[in-house]
Amino acid sequence: MNNIIVNNENQTLTKNKKFLGDEYIDLYKQHNELIKKHSASIMNVSRDESFALFEKLGFPSSKLENYKYTDLTDALSFDYGLNINRLNIPVNPYDVFKCDVPGIQSYLYFVLNDGFYPVNDERNTSLPENVIICSLKEACEKYPKLVSKYYGKLAVDKNDGLIAFNGAFAQDGLFMYVPENVRVDRPIQLINMMRSDVDFMANSHNLIILEKGAGAQLLVCDHTIDSVRFITNRLTEVFVDENASYEHYKLENTHNRTTNLATLLIEQKESSNVLANIITLHNGLTRNTIEIDLNGQHCETSLSGMVIGDKNQQVDNFTSIIHNKPDCHSTELFKYVLDDTSKGGFTGKLYVARDAQKTAAFQTNKNILLNRSAKMRTKPQLEIYADDVKCTHGATIGQLDESAMFYMRQRGIPETEARLLLMFAFTADVIENIRIDALKDRMKLLVEKRLRGELSKCEGCSICQ
Amino acid sequence: MLEIKNLHANIDGKEILKGLNLVVKPGEIHAIMGPNGSGKSTLAAVLTGHPSFEVTKGEIKFHGKDLLELTPEKRANEGIFLSFQYPVEIPGVSMVNFMRTAINEQRKYRGEDSISATDFLRLMREKKELVEMDNKLTSRSVNEGFSGGEKKRNEIFQMAMLDPSLSILDETDSGLDIDALRIVANGVNKLRRDDNATILITHYQRLLEYVVPDFVHVLYDGRIVKTGDKNLALELEEKGYDWIKQEVAAY
Repeated sequence: MNNIIVNNENQTLTKNKKFLGDEYIDLYKQHNELIKKHSASIMNVSRDESFALFEKLGFPSSKLENYKYTDLTDALSFDYGLNINRLNIPVNPYDVFKCDVPGIQSYLYFVLNDGFYPVNDERNTSLPENVIICSLKEACEKYPKLVSKYYGKLAVDKNDGLIAFNGAFAQDGLFMYVPENVRVDRPIQLINMMRSDVDFMANSHNLIILEKGAGAQLLVCDHTIDSVRFITNRLTEVFVDENASYEHYKLENTHNRTTNLATLLIEQKESSNVLANIITLHNGLTRNTIEIDLNGQHCETSLSGMVIGDKNQQVDNFTSIIHNKPDCHSTELFKYVLDDTSKGGFTGKLYVARDAQKTAAFQTNKNILLNRSAKMRTKPQLEIYADDVKCTHGATIGQLDESAMFYMRQRGIPETEARLLLMFAFTADVIENIRIDALKDRMKLLVEKRLRGELSKCEGCSICQ
Repeated sequence: MLEIKNLHANIDGKEILKGLNLVVKPGEIHAIMGPNGSGKSTLAAVLTGHPSFEVTKGEIKFHGKDLLELTPEKRANEGIFLSFQYPVEIPGVSMVNFMRTAINEQRKYRGEDSISATDFLRLMREKKELVEMDNKLTSRSVNEGFSGGEKKRNEIFQMAMLDPSLSILDETDSGLDIDALRIVANGVNKLRRDDNATILITHYQRLLEYVVPDFVHVLYDGRIVKTGDKNLALELEEKGYDWIKQEVAAY
């Protein structure tokens, strides 16, 4: 891994910082040509612009309202390597990776660190006709018209340091295109796999396009296979056209020296249906920014998520559902189970534009703290400008129901088992929101194992022993 | 079977039971009656080991064992069952999963193997019939969305499943219409054997028309102040509790 460019200017870490991550400013300026050379021209068009915005914003500080539950200071105090030169990583993920979801029968793809790994799996040859799944860089070259119509369109207006940084540094990612009225018969699985001998940073950009009436299920799994420090900053843009249906599952199971920054931006057109389920089973520090824009009438949206945290894990889910058009229906459900000194943050922003009449939007965030040192901060944020809507929200933070505990113990169920049943029951409705049966069954098992403390890692990974 | 001697118990520092004595033998049905706040539900809670109550004095022997030494789950597996006055809703835990877990814990406690799927289903079917319980109820989460009557019926169903040696029915008759009361009482009577016993905690004589007790005790101010047969219940129904209070005051 010697050829990887390492941001090796250690002195930058000790000098007075202008803002979080300002050492990356020099890095970008120094390697601007190289970054562009190893990327695609479509991605380079807005690169300098993104950089200029990052130069202004820096990495978000926890002083910002939208980031008050995420403090990146520690994570950014380390010196991470970046693979700007796009050198090959000497590992074949298709050999290394053993999927932990038996029977899922997915089309399997990898983003290894920050680059799409060449497809190397015979199962993928049976993709429905005209469906494209490939490297974003490759797509830029092969389908420039298609890519430039969508690339960066959801990210462009966002005044956000992480998105700006991604725009400046990301060189590749997954590209997925499902043409009109084509439904992908099996789930598509994307594994973000982190592999490095030195502390490492990865930026990637995924672009997902579903044409009218198309349908697809994507399962994104985050894995780390080395024990060094990782920081990832990933951006996913999803365009869901009229009557299309899209399911996005994210399952994070990374080691506790990982900082995982992920932005998911989804646009829905008329009568489209989106389900997103964001599950953090094990991690270090995670920030998920999720925004779903309902830009057509009669959209259906179900956004849910779950966090199981212990030790000093931190998870902040910042979610926005933007009702721009009338007659849309959204439900949101997030549940956290936090133990030890873990910290959780949840923001549920719900925006209903003035003419988005007949909006129905329901938001729930429920949290269980298993001891006194675990912390949860939750914030519903409703901005409603229409007057004929039905919106509800509710947030609770509590402990396990003591009367239910006693009831179960009176029936002979030991305290530990009763506790487990209650925690499992607490997360059950989030798992029920999974529409891939093999994944649902596996999640039940993984969550149960995680709650029993038998699984503080994903199988096939030996880091967080 | 059960021997309670000079039992004193507190909640939040307040003494509720003040020297209660009771002996229950196999095959017997005891009714415990008394005005509000006399300590009836506290007795049920203390017998089952509810963590909010503190026993300050006295002893309880159950099948010769010191009951107060045991955790609630061990007491349950030793054969004590409480039909709750207010059965708890447990969303997300299915009745089937709950019952199977309870049955298997009981078997584990006795050193037996887990129940097979077919035996479990047969047992469920058999016991459901006993309390005329709807199939739909057992496919739902524990008590979630059950009506008051359904909850009480579910308690008796669980009692039938677990086959306890001592059942404590805490106000199982309250809030039941006459049909539900008949079904519940019928279940209790059918489960009655020479080797098990029942304590009925009740406000009213109503249930005792269907389940005939061998003894009726009046609990007042934390003590059993009067014991009689089923006729005592009728007397209480007719005259209320004031005469008992006066009798106690006269001592």
